[in-house]
Amino acid sequence: MTNNNISNSNTVNSSIILQDDIKNKMKWNPNAIKSGTNVVFNIIFILVAFLCIFPFIFVFMLSISSEQSIREFGYRVIPQEFSTSAYKFLWGERDTIFNSFLVSVFVTAVGTALGVVLTTTMGYVLSRPHFKTKTFYTWLVFIPMIFNGGMVASYIINVNVLQLKDNIWVLILPLLVSSFNIIIAKTFFQTTIPESVIESARIDGASQFRTYLSIVVPISKPVFATIALFLTFGYWNDWFLSSLYITKRNLVSLQALLNNMMGAIEYIANNPTAGLSLTEYKMQMPSETVRMAIAVVIVIPIACAYPFFQKYFITGLTIGAVKG
Amino acid sequence: MPSKELQKRKKSSKWTKDDLQLTLLGFPTAIWFFVFSYLPMFGLILAFKKFRIHQGSGFFVSLYKSEWAGFDNFKFFLKSNTFTMLLRNTLLYNVVFIILGIVIPVTLAIIINELYQKRLAKVYQTLMFFPHFLSWVVISYFVFAFLSPDKGIINVIRMATGSKPIRWYSQSKYWPFILVIMQVWKTVGYSMVVYLASITGIDQSMYEAANLDGATRFQQALYITIPSIKPIIIMIFILNIGHIFYSDFGLFYQVTRGIPGSIYNAVSTFDTYIYQALRNPNVSIGQTAAASMFQSVCCCITVLVANWIVKKIDEDSAII
Repeated sequence: MTNNNISNSNTVNSSIILQDDIKNKMKWNPNAIKSGTNVVFNIIFILVAFLCIFPFIFVFMLSISSEQSIREFGYRVIPQEFSTSAYKFLWGERDTIFNSFLVSVFVTAVGTALGVVLTTTMGYVLSRPHFKTKTFYTWLVFIPMIFNGGMVASYIINVNVLQLKDNIWVLILPLLVSSFNIIIAKTFFQTTIPESVIESARIDGASQFRTYLSIVVPISKPVFATIALFLTFGYWNDWFLSSLYITKRNLVSLQALLNNMMGAIEYIANNPTAGLSLTEYKMQMPSETVRMAIAVVIVIPIACAYPFFQKYFITGLTIGAVKG
Repeated sequence: MPSKELQKRKKSSKWTKDDLQLTLLGFPTAIWFFVFSYLPMFGLILAFKKFRIHQGSGFFVSLYKSEWAGFDNFKFFLKSNTFTMLLRNTLLYNVVFIILGIVIPVTLAIIINELYQKRLAKVYQTLMFFPHFLSWVVISYFVFAFLSPDKGIINVIRMATGSKPIRWYSQSKYWPFILVIMQVWKTVGYSMVVYLASITGIDQSMYEAANLDGATRFQQALYITIPSIKPIIIMIFILNIGHIFYSDFGLFYQVTRGIPGSIYNAVSTFDTYIYQALRNPNVSIGQTAAASMFQSVCCCITVLVANWIVKKIDEDSAII
């Protein structure tokens, strides 16, 4: 009887406290900044956030300006005259654009898939407490973090020894694995997978491959997502490997296309259509807006996708912060 | 019992099934490391050679047949005037990047944590994260839209107000500022999130106690927040110092639109120099390799020193 009473009064008490708490939160937190300061801080962040995305909006507006108004008035945020000529032109050159798009997608998809497998298998292996080659593998992964051959030596090896120049695999292979990603994976496995789970699988007679596939993979989705995203953005945004190794036109990715167009806009326009000579064709080309339109085409997929994946980046970043 | 078994497993020289399976599972990655990380290290021998391609023989045979050059390639690089310029630029740019890369994001992280509307704060964060996902090639077009000498928006505004247009891409005095602004612009959202993550981990009762003692919010930031996140600030500072010989190639090469000659001395770093030398058929590959190796060795030393210091402060944050 008394017990019951006590518990009753307890719940009453706690519900009162809860209500108070909610009221407090809704009304006023005594230890918060003044509301005037809050407004000022909000204004600061509106400005900063605006600065961070304004260049993209600006470039987008340029891509839908008419060439004529740019020639007359220069780049303006609100164009004098709108026009879709840049995108029409890109559509006319869809063979080139679509080919570059395919190269980018292929490199990104294959690179990410292979990279995730290579990174997480090694991460899993290194997270195991005892095995014969552990010291060897650990040093193998670790040394590249402090010393690397540098740009020249890699270039020489890739070109002269591996014969990768003008080969699509040169855009994929060098970026597959990074020691940093392996350590992220290893730290994740060490901290989140209970040793007992893996040990019991071992006792049940599962091989290490089996354990990796049917125990580690299903419960480690966050780290797989994080590494896949690091790789995806790395591959999608890469232009450096193309600029070093790619000269064939059919292997040019979107980023490389944009990079090549920086000097010579006509890079995109080597195949005049409809019986025009190359010079006539170049004259007609909306050269100012086409560059901006390609930049927009590259950024749109990223801009649409990243808000959804941002949290995985933050996961990776906090795991990374835990250990090196 | 299990520990005994473990010890036995560790000591016995026989390979168990586990040893074999784990080694095999890591094997593809190990191969990758050999080919793409360790083979290039071997390629550094080039820096000590007068490399010539011998017709009809493979790379290694040519390398073997080439004469040794000792440290000539290094001497050539270290004694040139370019070297002092590159060293100055790389170090100075990095020092400014490191300082601003801490001061600005930490300040923003502290004030974004104070906002009443947490949902709004999330929106700001997401928008500020955006530049992190763009490549420098794309960003160089963004910059061009502002700085193009005849059509860029800054010059359009200048002309509208009666000032003379500025030829941005050929005047070196503006570039240190432009590059610093762009670096901060690209990294600020990302770094802010790093600091914000550790700020939200601070024990809230400290703030309540400080509030009862009459501390203002500003004093709380100064005496609670900053001291609490000091370890991570120090760690990031030291790790960045470790990378002081690296530079972000894309920033220096793309944003300047391929480094025009007139601003060469203001924006060249080790990485851009090596890249340009590599693509210049008049520079011998041995000299380029020497420059590249010099950078790698410097990086290695600074990373090791930085790591040694980190280890003194906080054992867990060290990479070794």
